[in-house]
Amino acid sequence: MTDFPVSHLGRVIPLRAKVARIHWLLVLLLCLAAMTGVAVLYSIADGSWTPRAAQHAMRFGFTLLLMLTLALVDIRIWMALAYPVYGAALILLIGVDVFGVTSMGAQRWIDLGPLRLQPSEVMKLALVLALARYFHSFGVLSRIQLKHLIVPLMMIAAPMALILRQPDLGTAVLVGATGMAMVFLAGLSWRTIGIGALSAVLGGTAFLIFGLHDYQRARIETFLHPERDPMGSGYHILQSKIALGSGGLTGKGFMAGSQSHLNFLPEKQTDFIFTALGEEFGFVGTLSILVLFGAILAIGLLIAGRARHTFGRMAAAGFCVTFGLYVLVNISMVIGLIPVVGVPLPLISYGGTVMLTVMTGFALVMNVHIHRDAELPSAEGYLF
Amino acid sequence: MRLHDDEDAGIFTRRALILGGLGALSFSALAARLYKLQILQSDRYRGLSEDNQFNFRLLVPSRGKILDRYGKVLADNRDNYRLLLNPDQVGDLDALLDTLAGIIPLSQDRRDKIKKAIAKRRPFSSVTLAEQLSWNDFAAVNLHLPDMPGVRPDIGELREYPYKEVLAHLVGYVGKVPEGMQSDDPLLQYPGFRIGRSGVEKSSDAVLRGKAGALKVEVNALGRVIRELPDPATAAQAGQDLALTLDVDIQRYAASRLEGQSAAVCALDVRNGDVLALASVPSFDPNLFARGIPEKTYKALLNNDHKPLFNKAIGGVYSPASCFKPVVAMAALHHGVTDGRERVRCTGKIKLGDREFHCWNRRGHGPVNMLGAIGVSCDIYFYEMARRLGIEKIHDNARLFGFGDRFDLGLGGARRGLVPNAAWKRARFELPWSQGETLITGIGQGFISATPLQLAVMTARMATGRKVTPRLLQGEPQEDFAPLDYNEGQFGAVRAGMIAVCETSWGTAHRLGGLGIKGVQMAGKSGTGQVRRISKQERDTRVLKNHELPWKMRDHALFVAYAPAVQPRYAVSVIVEHGGGGSSVAAPPARDILRALVEKERSSLAASASAPARGVL
Repeated sequence: MTDFPVSHLGRVIPLRAKVARIHWLLVLLLCLAAMTGVAVLYSIADGSWTPRAAQHAMRFGFTLLLMLTLALVDIRIWMALAYPVYGAALILLIGVDVFGVTSMGAQRWIDLGPLRLQPSEVMKLALVLALARYFHSFGVLSRIQLKHLIVPLMMIAAPMALILRQPDLGTAVLVGATGMAMVFLAGLSWRTIGIGALSAVLGGTAFLIFGLHDYQRARIETFLHPERDPMGSGYHILQSKIALGSGGLTGKGFMAGSQSHLNFLPEKQTDFIFTALGEEFGFVGTLSILVLFGAILAIGLLIAGRARHTFGRMAAAGFCVTFGLYVLVNISMVIGLIPVVGVPLPLISYGGTVMLTVMTGFALVMNVHIHRDAELPSAEGYLF
Repeated sequence: MRLHDDEDAGIFTRRALILGGLGALSFSALAARLYKLQILQSDRYRGLSEDNQFNFRLLVPSRGKILDRYGKVLADNRDNYRLLLNPDQVGDLDALLDTLAGIIPLSQDRRDKIKKAIAKRRPFSSVTLAEQLSWNDFAAVNLHLPDMPGVRPDIGELREYPYKEVLAHLVGYVGKVPEGMQSDDPLLQYPGFRIGRSGVEKSSDAVLRGKAGALKVEVNALGRVIRELPDPATAAQAGQDLALTLDVDIQRYAASRLEGQSAAVCALDVRNGDVLALASVPSFDPNLFARGIPEKTYKALLNNDHKPLFNKAIGGVYSPASCFKPVVAMAALHHGVTDGRERVRCTGKIKLGDREFHCWNRRGHGPVNMLGAIGVSCDIYFYEMARRLGIEKIHDNARLFGFGDRFDLGLGGARRGLVPNAAWKRARFELPWSQGETLITGIGQGFISATPLQLAVMTARMATGRKVTPRLLQGEPQEDFAPLDYNEGQFGAVRAGMIAVCETSWGTAHRLGGLGIKGVQMAGKSGTGQVRRISKQERDTRVLKNHELPWKMRDHALFVAYAPAVQPRYAVSVIVEHGGGGSSVAAPPARDILRALVEKERSSLAASASAPARGVL
């Protein structure tokens, strides 16, 4: 597996050449982000490596190795696996609906003994891969028409509907938005986009009115009027804002965040870790995180733009959209711009599944970077 | 193919740029929002954060004790083992209450009250689960504490009145802070805090209460204290102990002596006005009020016709009846309408216009001088004196003896009584004063009324010739009482009459047989206050005896006395509602209380004299 010869324009690229193509700056920035997570988790635990900080560091180390390994795998294997993985993820989602474990009022996991599988996480990547492969197979994207979008829209709608049923609004929106962004990147005409946007707004409104679960409606109500019920559901947002605001310019100092240490902050190890960071490191800290994530995203998009094949472009950009949405939704949530939807901050929040998803995603980006000028056959109209 | 690919790449690049731009815009929006939150509004959120982080815990001061004149504790504090509940830490309240009910008794009523208290409480504050637990129950709950998150054991203070009924009207009781009470004192907001609601507890609440201290504590989101910050904490300032002039032994004896009656007694030290005993029976247990009285018990107290909740000693007003006669005698001597030796003939009745006024002795006393008139309590003599004096002079002299003054002992509920005159009647009824009213005022009947405390003050003033003013709280030095505007000869004549009441074979209280201490005489005056009007028809046939009447229609029995007759020390007044004749019903307890006072003084003198031989005989 370490020595996997790849034909590249008729040549065999040695493993050493691939390793030389690894984007080390990206690796460094990922390490920075993960180490920030370790530091905050260490602080929240009152200066202890247990129970989470060390675990977080080990998870990152493991997934970093996994990422580098997967990045070196021939890109055609990724492509070949795109549809099977998508299919498997879809089946797993149906499985969650039937056999899933209920946790916090939502069915999200499949319990496989020691392993708890969260198929919606798998789906985030699987959809990116599948759509990238679809558009790659389509060939000439500039000729794309509305009718050609039926298949990709179905590919997006099916997992979205299943994730909504769990119910997990945050992930559903994330998956849906990523898919739509990829359709947009594929070159859909602006007129079609206009029609699509209009119907999306109408459909979305209808969904907000009729399709929401009580707890989701409560979250939105709370979001709109957080002060109405400060001790109830509005509590989280209010306490989060207090923590961030009281951090000021430079923060209360490492391990000195009163809001997080005295448990005023909810879910501070996961969804609200950005708040804990903002309380202790202030505006300087939060802005640094934004710059760090911005840099990672910029690199990701650059890699996408430099790829010589549609699969690489779409896959890398697609994952960048997913990653960017993660960051955007999480931070917007904790600073009270959008309702609390339960989306973690990638690389920094504690949580194994998300770490695995995100690092696998970056493996894909890195893989595209390494194989940016590979010759990939595109069977025009192959699927039709 | 390559062409298409380039075309595709161009579209992708443009679209990716748009998407990247959107992303950059979103991130900028986040940065702007964070700037607003963390830089522009930072001060506000920093304040909110500190509000979260720090709490001021009130330190409740220990309430001052109430003591009698010898330092005996009349109102004490004892530990109140109680359980507080922080509802924020409780998942399933019913399950918790079930667990608790398995350890200590917990009625359904109590459970409902707890739920109500939780609904009404302020955010993050605790509610009282149970209090006044026995040590065994308290220890048992402490043992099971790990099973009951949110439950916090606490030792508070509970007010206790060891003398129970004996001092209910004087010491009073503490109770919950009445709703809507306005005050700056944060203690009043403290859950379960009690303030004085009656008696000395109420009037001296500010002294007894003390000052709250504050403890700055760091708390977590559940309100659990993480650490105490010594600065800027202030210690609680305990309330001051308060000493009364009361002698609780005498008080208890006085109350027991009147047990079963509806009565009041007041005993004063005539030299300084110290209230030694001030009892109103029946009474109630103030501990009931301090701990929350059951509705049924309270109703029973309210509906009792002997009015146990009412302090008759300062709030009950009665006709002074014949006890008023010494005052009329003083007025007569002072204004020279008689010289005291002059005899007035008592035939049992006197005519004024077409009205007849009767003496209590229908056969008449014959000719009586002042000494005899006071001694046998002849009504005719005092009708005559009153006629000669006129109402205004009676009024003025009565006022000198303390009638119509509200003596504020700091108890609340003290009444002024009434000393009538012409101006008063005109203002009250728009009617002119009639001479008949002057006559009945002369024997202490009619409009005139006084409290037992006022009667004791009158007696003390009669005994000393000074303007004795009563006090219940020790501390403030009593200035020397001013002498009353009479001469010693006048006092001597009237006091002789009062001595005759008790110490002669013909005095109204001769059956007492005096004070009962060899070599010590007492002086007194009985009174029998009519509460019904005796019709002419009844008078013509036969006046009904008290025992033939329903309780409510019977006469009030009164007796005032002081002792020793020479160099007086103590004055006592007793009134037994609907008791019957003053000399037979009210005089014995009055004499017994006086004797107890004198004996106590002698035994303590003897004790102090026997220790160091002082050679004084």
